[in-house]
Order: sequence, then structure tokens, then C-alpha cells
Amino acid sequence: MKRKKLKSNLITYGIVIAAFVLVQILTYTGNLSSLLKGLLIPLCVYVVLAVSLNLVVGISGELSLGHAGFMCVGAFSGAFFSKCMQGVIVSGGLRLFLAMLLGAGVAAVFGILVGIPVLRLKGDYLAIVTLAFGEIIKNVINVFYVGIDSNGVHVSMKDQFSLGMDVDGTVILNGPQGITGTPKDATFLAGIILILVTLFIVLNLIDSRDGRAIMSIRDNRIAAESIGINITKYKLMAFTISASLAGAAGALYAHNLATLQAKKFDYNLSIMALVFVVLGGIGNIRGSVIAAVVLTALPELLRGLSNYRMLIYAIVLIVMMLFNWAPKALEWRERYLSRFFKKSVKEGK
Amino acid sequence: MKKFSKVLSVAVSAAMVAGVFTATASAEETFKIGGIGPMTGAAAVYGNAVMNAAQIAVDEINEAGGVNGAQLEFNPQDDEHDAEKSVNAYNTLKDWGMQMLLGSVTSAPCIAVEAEAANDNMFLLTPSGSAVDCITAGDNAFRVCFSDPDQGLASAKYIGENGLAEKVAVIYDSSDVYSSGIYATFRAEAENQPFEIVADPSFTSDSKTDFSVQLQQAKDAGAELVFLPIYYNEAALIFQQAAGMDFAPKWFGVDGMDGILSVEGFDTSLAEGVMLLTPFSADAEDDLTKNFVAKYQEKFGEVPNQFAADAYDGIYAMKAALEQSGATPDMDASTLCDAVKVAMTEITVDGLTGTGMTWSAEGEPSKAPKAVVIENGAYKGM
Repeated sequence: MKRKKLKSNLITYGIVIAAFVLVQILTYTGNLSSLLKGLLIPLCVYVVLAVSLNLVVGISGELSLGHAGFMCVGAFSGAFFSKCMQGVIVSGGLRLFLAMLLGAGVAAVFGILVGIPVLRLKGDYLAIVTLAFGEIIKNVINVFYVGIDSNGVHVSMKDQFSLGMDVDGTVILNGPQGITGTPKDATFLAGIILILVTLFIVLNLIDSRDGRAIMSIRDNRIAAESIGINITKYKLMAFTISASLAGAAGALYAHNLATLQAKKFDYNLSIMALVFVVLGGIGNIRGSVIAAVVLTALPELLRGLSNYRMLIYAIVLIVMMLFNWAPKALEWRERYLSRFFKKSVKEGK
Repeated sequence: MKKFSKVLSVAVSAAMVAGVFTATASAEETFKIGGIGPMTGAAAVYGNAVMNAAQIAVDEINEAGGVNGAQLEFNPQDDEHDAEKSVNAYNTLKDWGMQMLLGSVTSAPCIAVEAEAANDNMFLLTPSGSAVDCITAGDNAFRVCFSDPDQGLASAKYIGENGLAEKVAVIYDSSDVYSSGIYATFRAEAENQPFEIVADPSFTSDSKTDFSVQLQQAKDAGAELVFLPIYYNEAALIFQQAAGMDFAPKWFGVDGMDGILSVEGFDTSLAEGVMLLTPFSADAEDDLTKNFVAKYQEKFGEVPNQFAADAYDGIYAMKAALEQSGATPDMDASTLCDAVKVAMTEITVDGLTGTGMTWSAEGEPSKAPKAVVIENGAYKGM
């Protein structure tokens, strides 16, 4: 049993590393299209987002619809840090690393703050409250104006004129217009390392004593409570780890684009992440990785179909969901594919 | 189950493998111009106007024999008004072999794309990205429209010098780079002008249907004139709601107000007396405008707005710059950019949005803003 699990985990790491090697080979031989080159970092971001959400939805069994909020916090704190430190820390890699750590840390704090009231609820109620928290985080960032001049930091909640800065001041966070001109430090290597770290944390947590406690709460809350498991503690643990990983993903996202606006992190993005998790299989980490990659790349690779692409993307999504989850489709696949598979094994012999 | 997911992902990726690998460039006898803008989603009106008008200009130029003996090819891509998607669209166009870019249409995506384009030394001409940062990342970028600060400055000067009002209220969209950018310079210039800003209520894109609070604030402050640096959709609602609460100040808009007369279901008598600064009016009597409006209406069944005019002028500016630099279609994007960005500062274009347009090396256009007033449901020069 344990061996099988280890093997399965190694396959997951292997897929990520193989993808990295493949992309490196394609890059050096000049066979990689600009589109895919541009997509690499967003793909890493969404993979981490999906895996971290799977920790809450799949392992802890709580339906969270506010995951984009944590990504938002991480993105803004990371971008803010890098904008301020642009002249101080010269190395892009180090700056990105510190920004991601900061993003993860701030998102973890928000995870605890949000988690304490929210995790007292369950099921649909929890989903609605997390949705509300995600929107609150977005709107709170929308009202902040922060600028820096020779006198220090100025903060306002009205508009950029009430910052009262000297002429040499620069506005860093400009309310709903967000942060412009974050240094482009994100690299594919950094993204892959973040994915591997995320996988390491999540997979090890699942296989640990704490992970089993979290899953026991998901499977039967009363039984778990009766054997003395501290429900709030373990739920909060899963929720906070998940939030901090999303925060790190957000920081990576912010360092890939020259503009960052809170508008991007609305409930659509949360639901998008949930779609990755559900399509890849709830509780199935490797599935989340694959689903995030396929669903992020799909609408871009379908650009050749111009106006029909969003329609086709939606149809593909419905068909994939049906194929993966409809009971009849499962039954049909079991029968048809297992026979096909056995046959090919026989032929192979 | 897992196996099937794998089979499916392999099948899907195999089907799209063409999008993954670099396309080998085919015959290079055309200039390839890419376009990026929102063609779906909430801002689709602007993106579609740009793409339609650019296509008209490209067709016209090709019919007349092309540029330097070569034809133009235009490839529009959708960005859904999202910075991330806009960069993806930019990369798609690069794979297609784009040599010059007309876009992005909206400001925030344009800032993200310009960061990439400056890196690649790709010639970028945005028809309507009016935020200052849209063209500041490198010397490769130019724009057709006025920048936001220019519009704010011109509006404040116009109101002050013509003594239109002493108490001015401003209603603006604080989540929009365009709107708050105009307001920022309007406010700065207002200090030098003989009027004061008595109220400046704002709204965001999440709550742009009910303006009664903002209007009440302006009314209570005794505003004689309300400055609206916003787009026409919201302005139409503001006029309706103001009429409902018996608030009838003078209204003053900017180029985003252009299009107000074509809003469906809008009673144009509400816009009577509205003043706006705009570089383009579809009712102008010159041959160029008449010809363009007729063509646009015939092809797409609607009156073109200012975005369309900017895009049309943008393509003609590219043509002029290509001719000036003597560029050939076999140049790669970076060489072409080096030649064209110099030529851009040497050309003079007579277009829909102004006559004798010239560009500075920073990429800003120089043309005179026109003030018009709406009378009897049509624009009239002031």
C-alpha cells in the first residue's frame, strides 16, 4: 500500500520534471512557439492554484469559492514588495523568491483570519461565506492608494490626490488600477520549482498523521471528534496551507505581467480553479495538475477557430465533465476500455 | 478513469500540436499587421470597432496597390479586456509572423503588451490606449488618440477660458485608468482656472448602473457644470437619472462620450446641450469622414465611433511610415521597427481624427482637439 502510494507520488513529480525537460529541449532547439513560451508561467500559476485548492476541496472536504482572494493578497503583497525593493535588491531571482515568501506569508495570515469564522460553517454555507470573503478581499484592495516619496509611505483610502506626496513621489498601489510596472522576474524555472514545492507539501501532508486526521474529519466528522481529533485546528491547518500556496502562486503571477489589477481576482477565477479541481478529480492531485494545464492552454490553442473558440471551449468542458463523471459514461468506459486494454496487453505478450 | 484522462489529454494535445511548435514562415511578400483588442466580453464594443475599421483601411490600401508594392495582411486577436489574455494574443500573433502591431485597444492590457513589445522591439501603435504608461516602456510605441492628461488639460482650459461655469462637479470611474487619468490632470489644471471643483463623486466598474448618489452629491454642492470623463454607456444612464431628479446642469464630456447618440433606447433629447471634446464626429462633412462612415455602415450596419476612426487613422499612419522608411516586407520585426519608429516622427497624416497629425519621438500625437455641442440630436462645432 505504502509502496504503491510512493510510486504514484513519484509519477506525479516525474510528470512535472518531464514537462520541464521537454520544454527546455524544445526551447534550446528553437521549436517552441511564442504563444507557449508566454503561457508557461501562467500554466505554473494555475497548476499551483489548482493543487492548493484541491487540498481544501478534496482533502479537507470543504467547498471554498474564495480561493482567488488569497491569490490576490499574495499577488499584491509580492508586487508591492518588488516595486519597493527594485533599487535595493538587484538580483531578480532573489527578489522573486522573497516576494513569493512574503506573498505566501501574508496570504497565510489572511487564511487564518478568514478561516477562524468561516470554518465554523460547513457545506453550502461555507461555500457562500468564502465567496463573500473573496469579494471582500478584492474590494478592500480596490480602495487603497499607497505612494512613496522621500518622507516615507503615504496611504489613503479616498483617491490618489489625497496622498499629499512631494513631487518626487511615486504612486505604487493606485486603487482599482492596481500596481503598474512590477519587474518581470518570473521565470519558468521558478514556476516549476514552486510546483514541485507545492506538490511536496501537499502530498506529504496527505500521507502524514495530520493529513489522515484532516481526511477523517472529511469522511465522518462525528467519529473524528469522538476519538479526540481537534476539528477546528486541522481544518484551519488545511485552509491556511492552501491559502499560503495560493498566495505564492499569486506573487509569481504578479511578476509575469506589467499590470496587476484586483479586478482579475474575482469569483470567476475562484470558480475556474474549482473547475480545474473537479475536472481533474476531487482529491486527485495529479488530476488537478493535468486539468489546470489542459484547461488553461485550451482556449489559447483554439485561437485558430477565432470567434467560435469560446463556444467550443465551453462545449469541450461539458463533454469532458460528462466523460469523466457521468455514471453511464463511467460504466461504458469501464466495460469498453478495460476490454480494449486487456486485449492490447494480450497482444503485447 | 485516470487512464482515460490521460488518453484524452494526449488526444487533445495532439490535435493542437500545431499551436505548440513554431510555424515555419511561408512566403514573405506581405506586411503582417496584428491587431489586439476585446472582441468578446464587456468591452467588445471598442475592440470590434477597431478591428472592423482597421480591416476597412487595410482593404482600401490593398485595392489601391498596397504599400511599397506589397500588400497588407491584418490579423485581429481577441483579448477579452484582460492583460494576461492580451499577452497571449500578442504571442499568438508573433507566431503568425506579425511585423507591426495595432493595439492593444484598451489601456490596462496595452500596458502589459507594451512591456513585451518593448522587449522584442516590435513596432506598436495603439489606436486608443490613452493611459500614459501605454507607450512609455520603450521607443517602439506610438498612439493615435490623445493621452489622458492631454484631454484633462484641454477640458479644464476650455471650461475656464470660455467661462462656462464657476462651480464644477466631476463624476468619474475610479476603477478605470482612462477616466481617473483624465480627472487627475483636470484637477491639477483646475487650480489655475477661474472655477472650483465642488464635488468629485466616483464609481467603479462593479457599480455603474445607479448614479443617484453621485448626482445628488453634485446637486447638493450646487454644481453648474458636471464634467464627465467617462464612456457614453454610463453617461447615458447619468443623463436619464439626472432628468428624473430635476437636475439640469451643463454637461461636459470627453472623447469617450462620443457614441452617446447611437445608444439604443436612449432619448437623445436628454443629451441636448451636452458639450464634448472629441477628435472625431461621424457627422462631419469632409469627404474622408463621409466615405469612411458610408463604408462602415454598409459593411457592419452601424455608425462608427471614435475608436473606429482612431484605428482607421492608425493603419494609414502605418502605411505612411512604411512608405517614408522605404521598408520591405522581408525585414524582420525588429529591423522594421527600427526603420519605422524613425519614420513615424517624420510623417504628417491627414486623417479622420485630425488634419496634419504628427508624432513625437515619445509616441504622442499632436493634433487639435475639437469641441462640439449636441444640438437637435447632432454634433455641431463650437
